[in-house]
This record gives sequence, C-alpha cells and structure tokens, in this order.
Amino acid sequence: MAESAALYLRLVRAQIRAQWQYRASFVLQLFGAFALTFVDFLSVLVIFSHLPYLAGWSLGEVAFLYGTSYIAFQFADLTVGQLDGLGDKVQRGDFDLVLIRPRGTLFQLLASDIALRRLGAMAQAGVVLGFAFSLVNVHWTLGRVLVLLTMPITGFLVFAGVWIIGATTTFWTTRSMELVNSVTYGGQFLTSYPMNVYGAWLRRIFIFAVPLAFVNYFPALYVLDKRDPLGAPDFVRFLAPAVAVALLVVASRIWRFGVRHYRSTGS
Amino acid sequence: MAIVEVEDLRKTFSVTRPRTGARGPLALLLRERREVRAVDGVSFRIEPGEMVGYIGPNGAGKSTTIKMLTGILVPSGGLVRVAGLEPSRRRVELARRIGIVFGQRTQLWWDLPLCDSFDLLRYIYKVPAERFRANLAAYVELLELGPLLDTPVRQLSLGQRMRGDLTAALLHDPEVLYLDEPTIGLDVVVKERIRSFLAQLNRERGVTVLLTTHDMDDIERLCSRMIVIDHGRLIYDGSLEAMKDRFGGERVLVIDLEEAAPPVEVPGTRVVKVDGPRQWLRFRRADTTAAEVVAAVAARARLRDLTIEEPEIEDIVRRIYSGAAAPIDTH
Ligand SMILES: Nc1ncnc2c1ncn2[C@@H]1O[C@H](COP(=O)(O)OP(=O)(O)OP(=O)(O)O)[C@@H](O)[C@H]1O
Ligand SMILES: [Mg+2]
Repeated sequence: MAESAALYLRLVRAQIRAQWQYRASFVLQLFGAFALTFVDFLSVLVIFSHLPYLAGWSLGEVAFLYGTSYIAFQFADLTVGQLDGLGDKVQRGDFDLVLIRPRGTLFQLLASDIALRRLGAMAQAGVVLGFAFSLVNVHWTLGRVLVLLTMPITGFLVFAGVWIIGATTTFWTTRSMELVNSVTYGGQFLTSYPMNVYGAWLRRIFIFAVPLAFVNYFPALYVLDKRDPLGAPDFVRFLAPAVAVALLVVASRIWRFGVRHYRSTGS
Repeated sequence: MAIVEVEDLRKTFSVTRPRTGARGPLALLLRERREVRAVDGVSFRIEPGEMVGYIGPNGAGKSTTIKMLTGILVPSGGLVRVAGLEPSRRRVELARRIGIVFGQRTQLWWDLPLCDSFDLLRYIYKVPAERFRANLAAYVELLELGPLLDTPVRQLSLGQRMRGDLTAALLHDPEVLYLDEPTIGLDVVVKERIRSFLAQLNRERGVTVLLTTHDMDDIERLCSRMIVIDHGRLIYDGSLEAMKDRFGGERVLVIDLEEAAPPVEVPGTRVVKVDGPRQWLRFRRADTTAAEVVAAVAARARLRDLTIEEPEIEDIVRRIYSGAAAPIDTH
C-alpha cells in the first residue's frame, strides 16, 4: 500500500516534469480552469438575484452545496478524470502497455495522464465555500464538523466510482465516453443544486442508480440542520461513506470484468 | 519442464460490419456479425533457453498468440501456461517474469528522457537497486545507449528507440522475452546490432526468446527452431534444417568440368542447364544426397570445381505460405 502510494507519487512527479516542458500553456490552462468555473457560479448568483429562496434553500445554503459538490468533483476529475481517455487507448490498442506491467490496470491509468491544470478549479471551490460560510449560520457540533470533513472524501469517492463504472463501458463500445461524461460532468452540475428542485424520476436516479445525492445533498441536510423536503429518514444523512465504499467495490468488480473483455487491435 | 506451454489455443474475435448493401443510418442497424478465428487450435511447447522464431504471413495470428501468452488477451479456448502460470489470471505475477517488445509500439515515456523511463520501470517492477544498476550498465554498453540517456524519447530515431525498448524490457531480468517484429523498419546496421545482442542475451543469460518477424534473416541468424502458422493454424514446427529438408524442394549442384561435355547422367538428378563446361544438376533432398551426386559425377567426368545452391529460406517460406507444401503433423 505504502509502496504503491510512493510509486503513484513518483509517476505523478514524472508527469509534472514532462508537463513542465510546456509550462506557459500549463499556467494558462490553470487560470483558464479557475476563470471558467467562476463563470459557472455566476449562474447561481443570477438565480438568487430574482429569488430569496430556491425550493426552500437560501443563497448561502446553495453556495454550500455548490462548493462541496465542486471540491468533490474536481478532486475526482484531477485523480480519475484521465479515464476519459480510455476509449482512445482501447481503440488504438495502447491499453496493451498497461497489461504488460506488474501493477493493477486501474492504478496505472490513474497514475498517468494527470491534468494538473484542474487544480485551478479546486481553488475556486474553496472560495465559494468561504462565501457560503459567511452567509449561513451553522450551529457547529462535533458531529457536524466530522460530517463536513468527510464530505469532500465521500463525495470524491462517489464521483470516482461513477466515473470508473462509466469508463468500463469503453471496453465494449469505445465511443460511449460522451454519454459517460454527461453523467459525470452533468452530475457535478446537478449536485450544485438541491435535489428537491428536480422531478421525481431524476431524483430517484440520483439516489438509487447513480447515487450522486450522497455526494453532498444528504450530508448537507445534516450539517445545515435542514428538514428534508423529500422526507427521507434521518439515518440516510449518514449513509454517504457506506454508499461510497459499496460503489467502489462494485466499480472494481465491473472494472476487472471489463478488462477481460479487452480485445486489443489487429496491428 | 517447458516454460511456455500452449495447447489447442484459440482466439475468435467477433467483428461487426455494415451489412452489404445497407447504407446511411440503416447501415448502423443492419450489421453483420462475423467470427474471425485469429488463432485456431495451436499447440506447442518451448523449453527454457530456446530461441524460437514464430512466423507466418500477415494476419496469421502471431501477435494474437503473443498477446495471449502475456495476458493481454483472454483466450477463447485451449490452454496457455507461461512459467507455470495462466497469463490472464496471474497477469501481475507473470509480468514480473516476462519482457515484451512491440516493434510498432513503445513502452517508454514519450516526454521524458530515456534514463527517466528506465528509472520509473525500476520502481514499477521493484527491481533491487543493485540488479538495476548492473543491468542498466550492461545493456547501455551493449546497445550503445550512453549518449542517448538524456534525450527525450520523442526525439529518438526508430532504431534508437528500439534499443531503448529492448533495455526497458530486460531491466527486471525476465525469463522469457517476447519480441513482436523487433526489427521492423530498421536499417541493416541496427538490425545486425540487435540480432547479435539477442544472440548474446540468449547465450549468456539463458533468456528464452519467442520472436515474430517477416525478415527471414532474423530467423536464420537467431533461431534454431521455427514455428510457422497460417490462418491461425500451425503448419510447421521444427528446426530450420528440417524445414529445408521437408519443404526445401530442390537443390542445385553446379559443376565445372575440365571441358565442355554432354549433360552428365546421374540417377535422381536432372541437368537443367549447360553452359560450356558448366552444368546445373537439380535434385531433391528426398531422392539423394549431395555427396552421392558428387561421387556419381566424379565417376563419369573430370571435375574441376563445384558448388551447391541451397534454396533461399524466403522461397521455402513463400512456398509454405502459398500452400505449395501441404500442412504436416508435427511430433
Ligand atoms: N482486436 C481485434 N479485433 C478484431 N480482429 C482482430 C483483432 N486482432 C486481430 N484480429 C484479426 O485476427 C487475425 C490475426 O491477427 P494478428 O494481428 O494476430 O496477425 P499477425 O500474424 O500478427 O499479422 P502481422 O504479420 O500482419 O502482424 C487477423 O485476421 C486480424 O484481422
Ligand atoms: Mg502482428
């Protein structure tokens, strides 16, 4: 485990060295990512310039959802977002090179092609969270602090699980990544707003099928001490870590199954 | 105990393509499924320390076999064992014990200097520091990589990159080395360097080598044994010499007589050309030996000089591929 972590860092450092050769474009991308995501948050501000509440949620509360969703998502994008390139690797047969090395396939993919410019977007999420805390009055307890601290981690794991499962489909159809992206990137957008603004069927999908409601919605109800407009039982607020772990177990099974279906290429 | 065991190995790919006649959006729906039998019941065993040429025409199933031997592809049927392990199930364990070089694909890090790639591989394969240093020093010297170590891989020429890839595949002391067209696109000098390197590797370190190539010089220079497949089926497995005997067809004895003479008559041979005192006698390996023919000629005429023309190995292989030689049972 520790040895794998050390190798991971070593591989990431090697990529920083490689990317550093193109540092001008790297710095531009970093700022680009920061600015672009800021424009995103403007849409939240626009909504609240017309309404005091959105489906029972104040600006500060939605900013909290937005910030926590963003941190979790960007962290996932930074560490597993490379899987978007898996379709190309599979189609060109470059996945062969992953299979000839004595390391886990997923580990090797996650340790390569890291796009560090995404750090720019993470910085922005921090700014939005600070803004949220200046508006909402949280009654801090030990429980709330603990849940708040686990949120970025469990949220990240849920996004990562969804991402991995989605990427696995490319072992069967190499062109499925666009659909998968609409779930991952779309999921980040959807979790920036409270679940109760969506229709019943969409909500069900995000609770039971693609469990993104556990990224921030349910834990946020606890941290912000809100009654669930959807009427879910209280214990659901604490389920996020269990959901995240279960999802990852399922994801790794599906992944292994997918790898056995890899066909390589004829040349 | 064989280090590579393959028994009745099969791989079928199901491929879809638009049904003939279907066009536009219909073509996406009306697709034909077709089974391609890339490897269709191949069996062979390789003993430790052997150097085997795996040859066959384009699309014969060579690369597909190698991919099943490394765990890249899961076989559709049959049995594979390398170093006692089933590759697709024990991939990680096996990967530490084998090395692979694809002529068409590099496993080096494109944007990093060559030495950085080697260094990363050292940690990926968990090569002990001392072994790594010793191996690297040895291969850098043998393959003359010294001046290239600080060059980013993307700036290397094909031949330089191939030498880098060979080193990368060997740093962890693999027991088996698979080479899929290692000399493709290289000039004669680099080819020769790689060949002598491989010969030395096999001789001194006892590495078992399985090599695919379309260059018969690679085989002639390196492999005492060759396995020939076509359409996914084994059509020959044996030594180069035995192949010449079986498929070599006819040899030609060229004799220079003291003076011009009518065609000499020797049982089992046929004079195909006469040019002054020089005559060409064609005979089949199966019918008679060169020694017998020479003795018979010497008994009938005064010989000044003679040479034997062996068929080019390329010709033999071409004959086998084109079906001129019927498939044979081996063992
Ligand atoms: N991933 C794949 N999907 C579909 N068909 C494939 C795939 N890989 C190989 N094939 C088919 O299987 C057959 C054998 O291919 P393979 O690459 O093993 O041949 P080869 O002997 O290595 O040929 P070459 O000398 O051209 O490299 C070919 O008909 C090829 O089209
Ligand atoms: Mg091939």
